[in-house]
Amino acid sequence: MSMIITAVLVLLGLALIFGAVLGFAAVRFKVDGDPIVDQINDLLPQTQCGQCGHPGCRPYAEGIANGEPINKCPPGGESTIQALADLLDVEALPLDAEHGEEKPRMVAYIREAECIGCTKCIQACPVDAILGAAKQMHTVITDECTGCDLCVEPCPVDCIDMLPLPTTPQNWKWDFPLPSTALIATDASRGAA
Amino acid sequence: MTAATPIRIWDIPGGIHPAENKTQSLGHGIEIAPLPALLTVPLQQHLGGRAEPCVSVGDTVLKGQIIAEASSMVSCPVHAPTSGTVTAIGPAPYPHASGLEEWAIHIEADGDDRWCELQPVTDFRALEPVTLLELIRQAGISGLGGAGFPTAVKLKARPEQKIHTLIINGTECEPYITADDSAMRYRAPEIIAGIEILMHVLQPEQVLIGIEDNKPEAAQAMRAAVGERAMQVVVFPTKYPSGGEKQLIQILTGKEVPSGGLPADLGMVCQNVGTLLAIHDAVVLGQPLIKRITTLTGEALSHPTNVEALIGTPIRELLDFAGLQPDKLFRLVMGGPMMGFTLQSLDAPLVKTTNCLLAGTRDELPPPPPAQPCIRCGLCAEACPASLLPQQLHFFALGKDYDQLKRQHLFDCIECGACSYVCPSSIPLVQYYRAAKSDIRALDLQQHKADHSRQRFEHRQERLQREAEQKERDRLARAEKAARIKAAKEAEAAKQAESGAGTPTSDAPAPKAGGLSPEQKQLKIAAATAQMALKKAQKQLVANPDNAELQAQIPQLEQAARQAQEAFDQAQGESSNQPAAPAPQAGGDDETKKLKIEAAMLRAALKKAERSAGDSPSEEQQAEIAKLREQVEAADARIPASTTTKKPVDEKLKQAKLDLAMARAALKKTERALSENPEDADLQAQLANQQQACQSAETALHEAENNSPIPPPQRQLVDKKPVDEQLRALKTSMATCKADFKRAERELKDAEQAGGDTVAAQQHLDTARAALDVAAKAFADYMASKETN
Repeated sequence: MSMIITAVLVLLGLALIFGAVLGFAAVRFKVDGDPIVDQINDLLPQTQCGQCGHPGCRPYAEGIANGEPINKCPPGGESTIQALADLLDVEALPLDAEHGEEKPRMVAYIREAECIGCTKCIQACPVDAILGAAKQMHTVITDECTGCDLCVEPCPVDCIDMLPLPTTPQNWKWDFPLPSTALIATDASRGAA
Repeated sequence: MTAATPIRIWDIPGGIHPAENKTQSLGHGIEIAPLPALLTVPLQQHLGGRAEPCVSVGDTVLKGQIIAEASSMVSCPVHAPTSGTVTAIGPAPYPHASGLEEWAIHIEADGDDRWCELQPVTDFRALEPVTLLELIRQAGISGLGGAGFPTAVKLKARPEQKIHTLIINGTECEPYITADDSAMRYRAPEIIAGIEILMHVLQPEQVLIGIEDNKPEAAQAMRAAVGERAMQVVVFPTKYPSGGEKQLIQILTGKEVPSGGLPADLGMVCQNVGTLLAIHDAVVLGQPLIKRITTLTGEALSHPTNVEALIGTPIRELLDFAGLQPDKLFRLVMGGPMMGFTLQSLDAPLVKTTNCLLAGTRDELPPPPPAQPCIRCGLCAEACPASLLPQQLHFFALGKDYDQLKRQHLFDCIECGACSYVCPSSIPLVQYYRAAKSDIRALDLQQHKADHSRQRFEHRQERLQREAEQKERDRLARAEKAARIKAAKEAEAAKQAESGAGTPTSDAPAPKAGGLSPEQKQLKIAAATAQMALKKAQKQLVANPDNAELQAQIPQLEQAARQAQEAFDQAQGESSNQPAAPAPQAGGDDETKKLKIEAAMLRAALKKAERSAGDSPSEEQQAEIAKLREQVEAADARIPASTTTKKPVDEKLKQAKLDLAMARAALKKTERALSENPEDADLQAQLANQQQACQSAETALHEAENNSPIPPPQRQLVDKKPVDEQLRALKTSMATCKADFKRAERELKDAEQAGGDTVAAQQHLDTARAALDVAAKAFADYMASKETN
């Protein structure tokens, strides 16, 4: 009898100890927020363009965490969808054309002679990449521009162009070799000619 | 290896032995390339930041003068290679695998080749290492071996790393290239002087000069130049690619540079012999880096040789100097056949990293055979000097599996091309690695940029939120303040009401507290309505003075309004039992009322007289008006002060207005008289006097207006001259015609621009013009007739 009581007491004691440890850990190592949202946000291109229908990249990351489709980000394009699919272990979908097409990286350019200095584009820029003041000419800091398009619409004189980022020797990329045509060895000389 | 050198030679893994092809270009020593007419000096010739031009188009520059400043830490200044004039600054052909243009300064040589003032250092040992480094930096020296990293940055000692071994790279393992070989053969003393400068800067314990055994003359010359100095010339077996920095270090010391690390992590620095020559020139001669030794070779050249050429010399001119046969040229390669890249244009200039120009014929540099599938033979892995697995890298690159590529140390690949060289399937392996590397770099850059953008976005959001919160706080503060003030006012009002109610003289609530009995209110409303109806009728009459019905209506309305007002006044008078202190509205006695009525009637008569007189009153009319005005004034004066003016009137202002009106009337009179009798000198003098008087009256009025205590809305500053009906009609018709004409003009213009039918528009324009002419004529006639009247 006493053995049973001892066993019960020991088990009870253990349960209390582990309960206390777990309780402490739950408080001590509490995770604030949803870490998956941060991970998704890291994969998004951070153009803050709103083409996905959310007011910025983080809200879309939250949306994805809550089960929204992962193919709504045109600036990220194929590679972002692939990365998101890998992260979330879901199937990579083709880009949803409803939200736009994947375009080469763009950069806003203000035709400065036409700028009237209304500051509307400055207010629209999500990353503060436009420099200027009221009634002063504005200009885009190219290095900071994410090419999100948001400044184009508010401009009352339509003096903002979205131009593709020029290729320079600095950002030029080597091409992958063309896929080899299936030549057999005896055709090699003909293929070379 | 000599007996005197106890240095042990190590081996590197892999490596190949391609045909050397070095003898062709070694027959003529170092020749001096002719001075070109036009030089193109690119602003970026190496890794790092692009230099900022500090000259402008049209400037005259001297040889060695700085023409572009270093833009950042990892950047080199650029110097004028010869004296001449800057003709352009802008994108120009550039020797790059992409064939893209790069910003460059164009200099038209004047042929004098005149140096700017040089500051040679006679005794570099007297200088601090830091000063020497700055000299090297200012001379624009970047590595002349191939990669072109700014030398000063490479030499800059990091405090935690003591450089104990200085390695001089005279290996030149690539086939065809003999630039370093020639430099060592013919410029050995200068190279040794350069080494001594570096030794002074770095204070190494050991200096090793590595030379492959296929260059015995160079090794001999270097040994002779070294003499008794504390340097060792190490000759080791020829093998490609032992000239790579990491490979050379491994051969000479047996140590491997860690993956992703630098030789400095091992306490070593490696410099190319060409760079040392440049350091010698910069310090001992004071000349910046404006020339270099380049190998011109290949079977398409009839005179392959080594030249010392100015940076910026067009490649075409150099090749012509070496006897280029254009029909034979199949591929022009900058660098060697293993690591070089094909140049797409002969117009690109020589840059600091151009160690060789290989003009190959078709037989010499045949197009690569088509790639076959990998057969997993493993020859590439055997050949790889960095002990990588080229096969694996190839497959991961094909699948664009960048994580795996990084895990397989893709970035330790030195792109030497040994794997491609041995591949039996002729797979262009290096091209895969280069493409994968640039993709990964671009992705990293993109990721970096995304992080940066996110940070900026978040900071912006924070800022906006801060601003919004501040606004909200300010708004609350304002609301609170307003509420306080209102509460204080209410409290005061309540206090007053209390004290007012305390006086026994008044039963009804005082009018100040806003208390009117319902009856009074009704009367007040009735009075206001009647007044409004009267005003409306008067306005209509002004617009339409000949309407008899209206004229009849007005007195009736006046009567009604007066009655209503009287009723209201009476009611109020009854309500306040205190005749001693009547409120302004509470003028209850009949006499005052009568006077008021009289005054109002007189005023109405005056107005009527004024209206009928129009803008050209006859003298009788004027007299009548003046009389009426006097009567009105008299009547007003008779009404007791407390009751005459419901609205406050500024006496001074009134006086000023009166004065002005009188002065104007007198002026007009004189003018008329003068028009009838233009020769009268007296009249003319009078006119001048009156004009003066009129003007001073006007200024007085303005002053009075400004000083008037009455708020502006209660004053009527403008005295509009009545416009007669006909004039108005004429003016309106003219304006309509004008608008029509303008519209027609616009239509015509649009039609012209659109290229459409202009005939109809032209017709419309003509009719509109005719109508406008008619209207303008009618107006002019009318004005003329009025003048004569």
